[in-house]
Amino acid sequence: MTAFFNTTLGLPHGWAWFLATLIGILVIALPLMLAVAMIIYADRKIWAAMALRRGPNVVGPFGLMQSFADGLKVFLQETIVPAAANRGLFLLAPIITFTVALIVWAVVPFDIGVVLADINVGLLYVLAASSLGVYGIILAGWSSNSKYPFFSAIRAAAQMVSYEVAIGFILISIVMWAGSFNLTSIVEAQRGVLNTPINGFFLNPLLFPMAVMFFISSLAETQRAPFDLTEAESELVAGYQTEYSSMSFALYWLGEYANVILMCTLNATLFWGGYLPPIDWAPLYYVPGIIWLFAKILFFFFCFSWVKATVPRYRYDQLMRLGWKVFLPVSLFWVFLVSGVLMLYRVGI
Amino acid sequence: MIQAIAFYIFAIVVLVSGAMTIASRNPVHSVLWLILAFFNAAGLMVLVGAEFIAMLLVIVYVGAVAVLFLFVVMMLEIDFAQLRAGFVRYFGIGLVLAVALVAEILIAVGAWSAGGVDLARRGAPVDPTIPNIQAIGNLLYTRYLFVFEGAGLVLLVAMIGAIVLTHRQRQGVRPQNIAAQIARRPQDATRNMRPEIGQGVQL
Repeated sequence: MTAFFNTTLGLPHGWAWFLATLIGILVIALPLMLAVAMIIYADRKIWAAMALRRGPNVVGPFGLMQSFADGLKVFLQETIVPAAANRGLFLLAPIITFTVALIVWAVVPFDIGVVLADINVGLLYVLAASSLGVYGIILAGWSSNSKYPFFSAIRAAAQMVSYEVAIGFILISIVMWAGSFNLTSIVEAQRGVLNTPINGFFLNPLLFPMAVMFFISSLAETQRAPFDLTEAESELVAGYQTEYSSMSFALYWLGEYANVILMCTLNATLFWGGYLPPIDWAPLYYVPGIIWLFAKILFFFFCFSWVKATVPRYRYDQLMRLGWKVFLPVSLFWVFLVSGVLMLYRVGI
Repeated sequence: MIQAIAFYIFAIVVLVSGAMTIASRNPVHSVLWLILAFFNAAGLMVLVGAEFIAMLLVIVYVGAVAVLFLFVVMMLEIDFAQLRAGFVRYFGIGLVLAVALVAEILIAVGAWSAGGVDLARRGAPVDPTIPNIQAIGNLLYTRYLFVFEGAGLVLLVAMIGAIVLTHRQRQGVRPQNIAAQIARRPQDATRNMRPEIGQGVQL
């Protein structure tokens, strides 16, 4: 697209690139907002089905417009800033959460070559951006100047920092196997894993445990059940969102679900072949890669909802134990194991 | 053109947020300005083509170190009157430090304008076609292997030191035995009894 602006419209290269990137951002961000609205609806329908309820079914056909009605409702509400709150940070916090949830999409490949920023430190960029996510929550807890949000913020910070360590090690095993930090190269490395016609690292017996651990860590990283201690309503009212109302609350809502979709995408991209069809078979490649990616994202989203509908909440010490005493040592050991195996088979002793 | 705009934006934000780190009264605001400074410094590094270092700066400093900072500072009970009270007492030391820093900057600028140290000959020449991470890896694990491993060892010692200093054996604590908890089954804890009338249950 840069070439189009550059040659057809005769703009200088810098401005052509700028316009092309801006259009790319809009093409990703606007459908994402729509997807978030629909996925909230899907989430509620899935829980309802698992609890033998009907779920949202009044607004629009099958209740499809429910999320938009909710959005309109919060939009018309009054924004209340508590008198003792730190006003600037209180309003900044939801914006940070929402922005961080959006920026990671820049490096996600939707098909071969269809990516906004094809940078060679793609996976590090993902880690960097996801480590920023914690600020939205800490700032919300602190600036609300209220007890429950503060407790929630402390819990959230400890939880996200702990699981990021494990996620880092899990990603290292993937990077070593794929030989690159670039997400497109990682997906391409999953073509026909271990000389089988199946696309995806999950087939590799060494990497499958990492796929399971990454799924669980991504539940913890997005604070979904069973790790939703930050919003444990029996202890902390609504956690760090307690004092929020109107649009600032809606931004948390959107950001949270955008993060969930993002984590589903990372699961799909890193372990389950991303935009590649599940089987390396020529007719399947007629289906566009973006459809395969979306199918995988929706599958993982269903798993997220399924877990939320069925698994009881963890206790905080169990959460910390799982992160530090189980996932961290196992993933660290796996880094050694994977590098040893790669050394043996690719380099030779 | 666009690089120049990006550079000036990043540089101005780094300078302003650095100044605000010192100037803001509230320690939490200070840490947040510091984070903004880190972030824009990472932007500057991307501009000079050191994207790996930029990402590491964000992951390590913004993602971990600054979170710990913020954690500690958030817990402080801020007494603004007390914060301002020490001004006269520390004024002398502050002045000495400021003069020393200004002198150092002047000397550095003087040496730089006088020709500077020829870094190109000292550094290892790097092939510009290979990516950043690979170039750093090639150097770290060959030429600087022992220095790198030594640095890792120093960090390990620091970590062990921190644990030794803060760890204390507490008496009278009953830690959980997770394996025993998981191994426990309903029949270990409950019995299904059907007592005769007037007999009760022997516990």
